[in-house]
Amino acid sequence: MNLAIDLALCALILGIAVAVVAGRGVFRAIVFFIVYGLLVAVGWVRLGAVDVALAEAAIGAGLTGVLLLAAHGRLMRAGAGSDISGPPIWAAALSGAALAGLLAWAWFALPLPERPGPELAAAMPRAGVGNPVTAVLLNFRAWDTLLESIILLAALIGLWMLTHDAHWRAPLGLRQHANPEGVMAGFGRVLPPVGLLVGIWLVWTGADNPGGAFQGGTVLAAVGLVAAMAGLFRPPRIGARGWHLALVAGPAVFLLAGLAGALLAGGFLTLPEAAAKPMILGIEIALAVSIAVTLALLVLGPPEPEKTP
Amino acid sequence: MTSLTVFALSGAGLVGIGFFGLLAARHLLRRVVAFNLLGSGLFLYFGAAGGRGGTVDPVPQALIITGIVVALAATALAVGLVVAQARAAGRASLPEEEDVA
Repeated sequence: MNLAIDLALCALILGIAVAVVAGRGVFRAIVFFIVYGLLVAVGWVRLGAVDVALAEAAIGAGLTGVLLLAAHGRLMRAGAGSDISGPPIWAAALSGAALAGLLAWAWFALPLPERPGPELAAAMPRAGVGNPVTAVLLNFRAWDTLLESIILLAALIGLWMLTHDAHWRAPLGLRQHANPEGVMAGFGRVLPPVGLLVGIWLVWTGADNPGGAFQGGTVLAAVGLVAAMAGLFRPPRIGARGWHLALVAGPAVFLLAGLAGALLAGGFLTLPEAAAKPMILGIEIALAVSIAVTLALLVLGPPEPEKTP
Repeated sequence: MTSLTVFALSGAGLVGIGFFGLLAARHLLRRVVAFNLLGSGLFLYFGAAGGRGGTVDPVPQALIITGIVVALAATALAVGLVVAQARAAGRASLPEEEDVA
């Protein structure tokens, strides 16, 4: 029974992936991609990885979908939104098939791994949190998460560098118009409070249940995006100091925690056992704020003020 | 044929499909979409491989979450570059590929 569900789900996922790649039309491909992302999130739940499912649904399907749709809109306005067709490239199809075949062969040829070593199970009670994924992300492999938070900043700076010099002081993103009686304005009244509660809850409960800074931070970023798109507030300028503080709060707190660990527990990012839980929570809250602001600004894009006629 | 094998083979298939899309699509935004397909297929493969030890292994899951977030950041930067290129050239395709029939 379980196998039948998984077979049907994977058949659906593969079918939609083929529709994304082989269909005609850019908009159609983007919409199919969003559906694909949600199905893959269900697949992650079937694999027992609920934190990954939350991240995939929020970031992989949700934020990436919004990003691509906004880009499509910009391209349409620039006259480049329609698909470009050409003769099929058989070499690409053959190499794709070969790659898939190699990975499939590798799956059967790889030796079975040993169970997650006893070190992880023995270390979990000392990690300070109950959710093993959060413990790995923020305690055992905190170095990766620290670098990841800095990578987000680097991507944002790279995106800002695409701004025209003349637009440097304009607010980020396109100018948003929302009909005050319309659906978007209605969403702007209803969704932000709900999203705020859900996002904060996801960050808080990530310590012991599925959830965490990334998932909650993404929901908070979505709240910010809905508010900006409904016209509730103007997006900031690149030079706004308060927003710079929010952007670097996460990596900065993380670095400070790492240095504190170096002083108190003998290694950079080694959290002392007695203070592990409050330190992890503090890092998570700062990280969630930074992730929310960084992801929202990444999706809004560089400043693009309308040309004055 | 266990559930994990089904997901791993689907992940392998998605990598192949995404790779084909990355090479064969001419519109740059479709290339970005295919790149995301490739990435998420690889994550599925990795996640299925991480579940092979019997008990749920949280280390691959944490790495996959990191990968998903970094893929979004890379996609945002790529999309910004695509829009800038389209505004400069009028077409969402690379200049060296425009005279290929």
